[in-house]
Parts: sequence; C-alpha cells; structure tokens
Amino acid sequence: MSHSAQLATVASVRQVRLRYRDVIALDGIDLDIPAGRMVGLIGPDGVGKSSLLSLLAGVRIIQEGTVEVLGGDMASKAHRKQVCPRIAYMPQGLGKNLYPTLSVEENLQFFARLFGHGAAERRQRIDELTQATGLFKFLERPAGKLSGGMKQKLGLCCALIHDPDFLILDEPTTGVDPLARAQFWDLIDRIRADRPGMSVIVATAYMDEAQRFDWLAAIDDGKVLATGTPKELLETTNSPNLEEAFIRLLPEEKKRGHQAVVIPPLPEDGADDIAIEAEGLTMRFGDFVAVDSVSFRIRRGEIFGFLGSNGCGKSTTMKMLTGLLPASEGRAWLFGHEVNPHDLGTRRRVGYMSQAFSLYSEITVRQNLELHAKLFSVPPKDIPGRVEEMVERFGLVDVIDSLPASLPLGIRQRLSLAVAMVHKPELLILDEPTSGVDPVARDAFWRLLIELSRRDRVTVFISTHFMNEAERCDRMSMMHAGKVLDSDVPARLVEKRGAKTLEEAFIGYLVEAEGGTAAPASQPPAADQADQPPAVPAEHGGGHSAGGFSLQRMFSYLWRETLELQRDPVRATLALGGSLLLMFVIGFGITMDVEDLSYAVLDRDQTTLSQNYTLNLAGSRYFTEHAPIIDYEDLDRRMRNGELSLAIEIPAGFARDVLRGQNVQIGAWLDGAMPQRAETVQGYVQGMHQHWLQIQASERGGASMAGNTNVETRFRYNPDVKSLPAMVPAVIPLLLLMLPAMLTALAVVREKETGSITNLYVTPVTRIEFLLGKQLPYVGLAMVNFLLMSLLAVTIFGVPVKGSFFTLALAALIFSFAATGMGLLASAVTRSQIAAMFFAMIGTLIPATQFAGLIDPVSSLEGSSKFIGEIYPATHMISISRGVFSKALGLADLTGPLWSMLISVPVILGVAVLLLKKQER
Amino acid sequence: MRRRNLANIYDLGVKELWSLWRDPMMLVLIVYVFTASVYTKATSMPETLHNAPIAIVDEDNSALSQRVASAFYPPQFTPPAMIDYGDVDPGMDAGLYTFALVIPPNFQRDVLAGRSPAVQLNVDATRMSQAFTGSGHVQQIFTGEVNEFVKRYRSTTAPPVDLALRARFNPALDKAWFGSVVQIINHITLLSIILTGAALIREREHGTIEHLLVMPVTPAQIMLSKVWSMALVVLIASFLSLNLMVRGVLGVPIEGSLALFFAGAALSLFATTSMGIFIATLARNMPQFGMLMMLTIMPLQMLSGGTTPRESMPEIVQNIMLIAPTTHFVELSQAILYRGAGLETVWQPFLALALIGTVLFSLSLARFRKTIGQMA
Repeated sequence: MSHSAQLATVASVRQVRLRYRDVIALDGIDLDIPAGRMVGLIGPDGVGKSSLLSLLAGVRIIQEGTVEVLGGDMASKAHRKQVCPRIAYMPQGLGKNLYPTLSVEENLQFFARLFGHGAAERRQRIDELTQATGLFKFLERPAGKLSGGMKQKLGLCCALIHDPDFLILDEPTTGVDPLARAQFWDLIDRIRADRPGMSVIVATAYMDEAQRFDWLAAIDDGKVLATGTPKELLETTNSPNLEEAFIRLLPEEKKRGHQAVVIPPLPEDGADDIAIEAEGLTMRFGDFVAVDSVSFRIRRGEIFGFLGSNGCGKSTTMKMLTGLLPASEGRAWLFGHEVNPHDLGTRRRVGYMSQAFSLYSEITVRQNLELHAKLFSVPPKDIPGRVEEMVERFGLVDVIDSLPASLPLGIRQRLSLAVAMVHKPELLILDEPTSGVDPVARDAFWRLLIELSRRDRVTVFISTHFMNEAERCDRMSMMHAGKVLDSDVPARLVEKRGAKTLEEAFIGYLVEAEGGTAAPASQPPAADQADQPPAVPAEHGGGHSAGGFSLQRMFSYLWRETLELQRDPVRATLALGGSLLLMFVIGFGITMDVEDLSYAVLDRDQTTLSQNYTLNLAGSRYFTEHAPIIDYEDLDRRMRNGELSLAIEIPAGFARDVLRGQNVQIGAWLDGAMPQRAETVQGYVQGMHQHWLQIQASERGGASMAGNTNVETRFRYNPDVKSLPAMVPAVIPLLLLMLPAMLTALAVVREKETGSITNLYVTPVTRIEFLLGKQLPYVGLAMVNFLLMSLLAVTIFGVPVKGSFFTLALAALIFSFAATGMGLLASAVTRSQIAAMFFAMIGTLIPATQFAGLIDPVSSLEGSSKFIGEIYPATHMISISRGVFSKALGLADLTGPLWSMLISVPVILGVAVLLLKKQER
Repeated sequence: MRRRNLANIYDLGVKELWSLWRDPMMLVLIVYVFTASVYTKATSMPETLHNAPIAIVDEDNSALSQRVASAFYPPQFTPPAMIDYGDVDPGMDAGLYTFALVIPPNFQRDVLAGRSPAVQLNVDATRMSQAFTGSGHVQQIFTGEVNEFVKRYRSTTAPPVDLALRARFNPALDKAWFGSVVQIINHITLLSIILTGAALIREREHGTIEHLLVMPVTPAQIMLSKVWSMALVVLIASFLSLNLMVRGVLGVPIEGSLALFFAGAALSLFATTSMGIFIATLARNMPQFGMLMMLTIMPLQMLSGGTTPRESMPEIVQNIMLIAPTTHFVELSQAILYRGAGLETVWQPFLALALIGTVLFSLSLARFRKTIGQMA
C-alpha cells in the first residue's frame, strides 16, 4: 500500500485530533487522499468517519493537526472561502441537508441560487440533473415524501448543482434498498465518467459495497487501520471478503472472543407448532399504504428475517403484530390467539426490541431490568435472581449500576435484548437490532440469538437491512414498498432467481416488482425545454462574486424560509393567532380598574342619617351593595370567603351623637388580601367619607364647602382613567417583541437541530445573508400582526388611534427589525429549540416588562435598570405607541425615539452575526 | 389483577421520579421557581408610588409654593423638576413626567385671604398605576402642606365624624404577603403542566413510549403514574417553599390551615396534570409543547383572578373562566391562605375543582388512548 501515497492528492491530513467533550473522535489521523479517484472510508458507526469528512468539507473547526484540501490549508478562512464552491458535501442521514416541506424543484432552486447561478442556467442544470437521476417526474413532490433512495439522489443533485471538483459523501446509501443503492453507484460512475477530474470520497458502513471503490481507508476508534485498494486489503489480510478483512485488521483486544457465527440446523419436529401467523395484514395511513396484505407463518423456535430498506413497512408490520398499531385490514395470531391490543396476557409472552434504543436512559441498568420484570409481572421473589441471570448471560456484570446513556452502542444493544428477555418470553420481535453496531459486536449478538432460538426454543422475528444477517435466518421475507416480494429459506431464494448472492437475488425481485424500470433513466435531456415555465427573471447584482454581499443568496434564504413557514401550520397559527389571543388575555387580565366592589353595612343605628351615609356609597359606580350584615360573625364569615371587600359598621346612636356634636366613629374593614386593590378601595372610601362630611357641613351650618385650596386634577390622554386605553398601546409593542423574537430564534435553531445548518457551513452564503434572509419573512409576519392588533385595539377594545398612524406603522417596522434581530441573537448562542425559546423569552419579556416603562416610566428607574431601559428598543416603541394612540402625536414629535430605535437595529444584527459561527465546533 | 394494576402505577411513577431526579434542567427549574422566583416576586412587587416623576410650574414663587415643592421627595417621588408652563405639554407628551402641578401667581396671597384658589394637577393617565393612586397622594400632600401653612395663621375645625378604616388579613397592606403567595399558587399550576407534559414528551422523543405499549400496561396506568408522581413533586416543592421561603425567609404569616390548602392543591393538580398530558398529546415535540403551553398558561393565570380581581373583568370573560381549574384554585387558596377560611366557606370551589378535574382527566385519558398508538 506504500505506493498509493505517491499519487497526486486531493486532500491530506496530518496528526488530526478531534474530541467532543470526553469522547475522542479522531486520534491522530494521517491520511493522503488520492485525487481523481473514488475513495472509500470503511468502518462501523461512530469510529470517526463522519468527523473526518466534516473536517475535509470545512464544516467543522480543526482542533489539532493540519487539514489540506485542494492545495490549501482548511484552517484559513480565505482558503475555505475560495475553495468552498469547488467542494460538495452531503452529510449523513437521509436527506439531512434537504428541506422536507420544500419540493424537489424548490430544494434544487435554493441550492442553485446559493451558488449564484442565473435563472436560465438553473433551469438547465436542474433539468439535466433530475433527468439523469430519474427525479424529473417528481419535481413537484415535497422532499419529505420521497423514498430513502430518492432522497439520497436529490441530495446528490443538490451537491452536484455547482460542478464540484471534490465530492464528499457521508454514508449516502445507509438504509437505502439494494436496488436504489446499485442505481446510486451507477449514477456516481456515470458522473465520474463525464467529469474524470472529480475526486470522490465516500464513507460507508456496508463493507460489501466498498468492493467497487478505487481506494480504501479502514478506520476504527479514530485511527486509520490500513489503506490501499480493496484487492490489496484482501490480500494482506488473506480474507475472502472485506467484512472479514476488517475484523482481521482490528487490534487484538477487540477481536478477542470473536468467532464465526455457526448456525445449527433447525430441528424438523414441531413444524405445525406455529408461533406467529399473519394473513393479509394491511396498514394504511390516509392514502398511503404502508403495508399491503402481508401474510406469513413462523414456526416455534425459528429465526425469521425481514429484509428491506428504510420505510418499506418492516417496522409497521412488527408494530401490528405487537398490537402497537391496529391493522387496517387482515388478521394476525400469536400462539393461536388473535392479536388484540387490549389482551395484556399475550403481551407477557412477547419480548420486543425497537429500532432506536428505547430504554430509560435516566435509570440504571439494574433499575431498567427490575422495572421491566415488575411490569411483566415476574413474581417479586424471583426478580433478583432473574436480573442476576440476565446480567450474567448478556455480559452486563460490569455495567450493572451505570446509566445506559454512558454505555457503548454494542452493550446497549445487549441490554435491550436482556430487557426484552427478562420475563422469559416465547417470542422475540427485534426491529433492526444491529444497525450501527460494529461487526464483532454484531456477531456476538447473533450468537446470543442463535442460542436463544436453538437452546430455549424462543421464536425470533428479526428485521434487518444487512444481507449477511438475512442469510443467517432460517427463513426470510424480502420486503419492498409495503409488499412481501417472496419468503423462503435464503439459499432457496438465491437459487430461485438464479443469482449468485442474496443481494443480487433481492435486486432481481425489486426489478420485477417495479415493472422492469431498473434501467437507470439515462435518456438525454428532454428537448422540451422551450415550454418550461419561465423561472424567476435572471438576477444580477453580484450573484457570481464569492465574496461580498449577494442579494441573490439572501433572497434564496428568504424565499425558502417563507415557503417553509407557509407549510408549517403550528408555527403559522402561533404567529398569527398567538398575539391576538394574548392581547385579549392581557387586555382583560391586567386591569387596574376597580369596579363593582362588593360591600355590606352593619347598621346598628337604623336612622335616616345612617341610611343617608350608606346611600352615599350605594350611589357610586364603584360599589355594589350586598345584603346587610347581621352581626360580627356574619361579617367575619362573609369577608373570609371573599364575598365582601368592604364592611361598614355604623354604631348605635350614630345620628344622636352627630346631632349633639359628639365625636362618633364609623368602622370600616376592608379586605387587605390584595394590597393593590385594597389601596384603591381605601382611597375611594376616604374620598366618599370626606364628600359626605362636606355635604353634611354645608347642609347644617351653611358653611362653604371649599377648603383652603382646590386641586383641579386633569387626567390627560385618558380622561376616564380606564385601564384599556392605558394598557392596549403598551401591550402591542410587548407582543410585537416577544412572539417575532421567539419565532425567529426557532427558525435558525431548527436548522441546527435538523442538520440543514450545514448549508450555511458549506455554501458560499455569508452569515449576514443567511440571517437577513431568515429575518425578513418574520418582519413581514410581525407587520401583519401589528396591523391585526391595531385593528383589534380600535374595534374590540375601542381604543382609537389619535395621532399619526403612519408614524406608528413606521415605528412598528423598525421595531420588528429589532425584535426579530433579538431572536437571531438568541438563536446564535443556543443549540436546541427549547433553549432558544427560553432565551428569547427571558431576553425580551423581562426587560420589556421591567425596564421599558410598561408600568413605571423609565424616568423613575435608577442605576443599571435605568440604563437598560434607555437603550432597550421596546422603551422607545412603547412611548411611540402611547404617544400615537393616546397623546395624538405625529412624526415630528417622535423623531427622538424613532432614531434611538433605528440605531439599535444594526447593533443587534451585528452582534448576532459576530456570534453566529460559519463552522461547527 | 387489581393489585398488579396499582403496582404498575406505582412502579411506573417511581420511574418518573428517577427520570426527573436525573434531569438537571428540570430540577433547576423547580428549585428556581419555588425559591428565587418567589423571593423576587415578593420583594419586587412595586410599591404603588416609587420615584414617580413630578414637575412643578411655580408661577407664585412664594414661601408657600416653595414649601409645597419641597414636600415631594424620594422614594415616593423624584425630586420635582421646576419647569416653565410651556414645558408641561412637551414633557408630558414625551412621558418625562407623570404629574405636573401648576401653581398660579398670587397663590399664597389668595390662600391667606381665604379665596380658596385652585391649582392645576396634570396627570398622565396612560400610566395607570402611578396616575391613579399617585394623583390622590399628590392632592393629599398638597392640601396637607397648605393646611399646615394656614394653621399658623388661623385655626380650623376637626371633622365631627371619624372614619376608622382598617385593613383585615394584611393590616399594613404589605405587598410581599400577596406577591409571594400568589407566586406559589401560580407556580403550582405552571409546574404541574410543564412536568407532566415534559414527562410524556420525553418518552415520545426517546422512543420509550413504544416500549411501554408492548408491555402489559394500559394507557390509564401510564397516565396515572405520571399524574401522581409529578403532582407529588409539585406538592412537596410547594410545601417546602410555603414553609421555608414564605413563612421563613419572607416572614409572611399564613392565616389558614395548610392541610386544607394542600388538599385543594392536590385536587387542582389532578386537573392541571391532566391538562399537561392533554397538551403533550397535541404537540409533536418540545418546542411545540412550549408554544402551546404559553398560549394556555397565560390566560389560565392572568384571567383566574390571581393577579387582578375577577370582578374587574368583563362578565363574559368571568363566565368563561369558570371552567378553568385555576379560577377555583385561586379562589380557595386566597380564602384559605390570606383570610384563614375553613372548609365551611370554601366547599364550593372544592366541589368545582373535583368536577373539573374529573372531566379533564377523562378527556385527557380518552385523547391519550386515541393518540398513544401514533406516538410510537
């Protein structure tokens, strides 16, 4: 293998190390990747293949070592910028960097725009690529609704749209059916034939498909085990196939205990002892038929396999058998009992292991085993022994008190099996139990299965997309698109189709099932380009310049974001309905009006004068009189249950004493439970009392009612001193801040969570283009919200706009930029949607309610809160909103706050740009 | 069979408690809302008048007018800005002053002559809290100063009838009493919805719900286990908070029976945890759950009568909110905790809560049964 290093290289890495917290992903890798070749990185999941590829693509920040790609150092920002249009990167996961709600056409348009192609060029490239890949018929279909193979083809089209020189594919065929896989590799071969200079590097976990690559690097545990052509690897290890070769390349301590899987024959007796029987099982989700009349019979003790790609209906069939999903049609029997989701008895006889690791990661291995034993009604006295037995049999002794989350995948897989076996079921249903497990652990797992089947006569029903696993089953079904193509002993299936391998046989069945359309659609581009719908007019304006600001790229993100928002009902509802609902709630909820206060009188005097005093209260619009109080006990009871907010006691002999001019005291008790309300009530009662005294004084003595001085109070802007006219103009800015900020924050973090953020890392789009493109749709949405809320204010709440509405709208527009900018800021520093929501809430709600003059004016604040209040944009928006709604102000009166707000916009956006990374950590 | 049924609910509930124990985010949240958040709410309840900005236009420039101006000082008011008449409108338009007091020329002379001259008090009524209570204060302070001033020259007569006004249950009208307890009441609702909802969503996101469904447990057992365990956590946390934080640190006296209050809280939790489950069945992931929760929790809390009195709301809102569990929970908690009411006075909200809880639980269970298959 020494001579391969002398070839021209497209990339080379030296002493590269990478760690994620405690995990070492790459441990001093040295590798020269030959140019113009098809290079494969082989190794199981989680050994560092993806990390290496992401370093090569410039997605991830280099922690240690040097990475050179296309003749330059990838640590240099200038070099990355220069070569990024020459590199194409397709991340791991089906359609990971695609947008599922966007159609095939829209996805391609989006990527083409990012690379600055004009409209005509985009049309031509999209048509060419989709025709070559057979996607042309599905241009209108949303990417999320494509099959796994088609998604990968679309991903490839998106990667190839800018004619890259270096194509990086991370596990492009994992979970794709063998036919689609074969088609995918044919496609790559044809593209390479057209562009011989192009270098391709592929990571794969399927050792068998690595056979067709030009050059391989076997990787394990962050280290390179060996490099060379497939033939060289086979020769040096003296192995019949690459999987075997890989195991032999592993260091000694990993191989220890590994032995080939030997399957003893299934005993012939008891052929009519049926464990599972299914007849015409069908599952429909709406129009979509996930499983189409599937029938099979499985004997007791048999290992029965389901082979098929992702989404072919394997899991759905298994779920129907366990009773997780009620079948749309057809019937199934377990041990002769018809499957019934409510029959808890049958469930005790079945053990189930789902595709994803689905044990509780927050409780320890022992607690998991015990919990499952209890729930499956293992008698309490047997539980410790049973747990012990499982732990020993499945090799979990060392990890018994660990949390599952901290265990390697292979051990977790064994734990899942142990949990599924803890109640000694007669039937095991295993849904892709070995995906992502390395070959050694996989073989160990199979030995356990075989022991269970042959020794304990447990029936095993297993699904897989690995051919060599399917070959180990006693019998198997090949599944595709919800249908069983054929079921038989694996060897007989191969024989039936006259194929050499099981894979070939499967492909044969697939071709037949698809009506012979296996020949890849490689017709020349259709000649009907003349009647293509005219696309968006060609954009000019720096589309082709790699650096600088490009309107086209920004527009590309803007357009994509708008489409996605349109198609997500939950977010759209929240965006439009949320603010209206909250405006109602706050408008009515935070009221300071005190009306209809309940009061009652304990009148011990019962004279005209005492009645005159109470009448004085009853006449007020603030008070509502309740039945008179009988005695102190009654008073106490009625105040305690909250019926009365105010109780008045007029003492016996009140009128007499007043007439005599003796001092009398009227008692009043008010409910102090709500201090704010109590203060208001206090004010009312005192005012009323004074008023009564003055009337009495003037009636009696004819003395002037006037005191030394008079205060004429003018309540300005809101003469009735009502809550709503005061609240509504302040609530609008509050909601205009909170919801748009949150939605914008989610928009960016969603991309981080789904993985499409990679497009920011690997395409020429700049951070400012990305952020602005994301922001503008939400600014538009905020403006719609603003108009709706203003309408609601004027109509339902009856709060008129007294000043210039134009000024208000202008302010709202500037404010929306600031608000969404804060959302971007929150999203730049967070990774999960929950954190982004939380951040956006804290960052907007607290300053806006506490420091922005919502309740207390900024001028009454002190120290740092005053400073925050003065620079926070919401302060200015609230004062503009109040000014326009209540104070009848116009543009000329409000230039100050408008300017202050305008300045904050570029500041906020600038910080967001600085905090957003163009590479992953 | 029945024993197994209860044992399953118990075992699954214990598992929930372990999951919560190992979720640091949630623990921090629980601790925060029942300690720091209660404390800050109690101590930061705004005094009605704090640094209210006031401006005075003194066109008299007499001893009396200066005496008046010096009567406004922090913390209730900012030191008065002495401005010209022409600055009143722009200043108030810009929101610089909540109050502007205009003292006319010859004010002192007219007062002493018994002509009862008028001063003008401009109030920015868009500042609700300050404007309303504040204007009364300004009036009182002003009149008081003038009367004091006049007293030196001639005597006045005392009013013949006194009004002995006493506030019950909170004699000093201390806002910390109200704020701290209200915060606990609100957090009981908030946390119960978050915890149960998150417990279900977590199972869904980790794929463990699928596992539960193939085991011999029923949806009712799964739901009940979450309801009891999360309700228990909230009850314990609020009990500690009420005793250590409210009574201990803040020194707020609690009048009524805590046992009765927690009985009410348990009833309310039965309803709100069911709501948490219901919302979680509607949401597909945590972010959606968060958004839905925000839209439910705000009306539940703001319109329940906890922050502002129910009687101030439009009648239709009051009637709609009768179906919300929080309305009744707030009613009974305030009666018990603030006013020391016993069961004989609060049996109605107890009954209403029991009824609402039963309905909510059945609805949620029905929805949970229907959707649980699609969650896996």
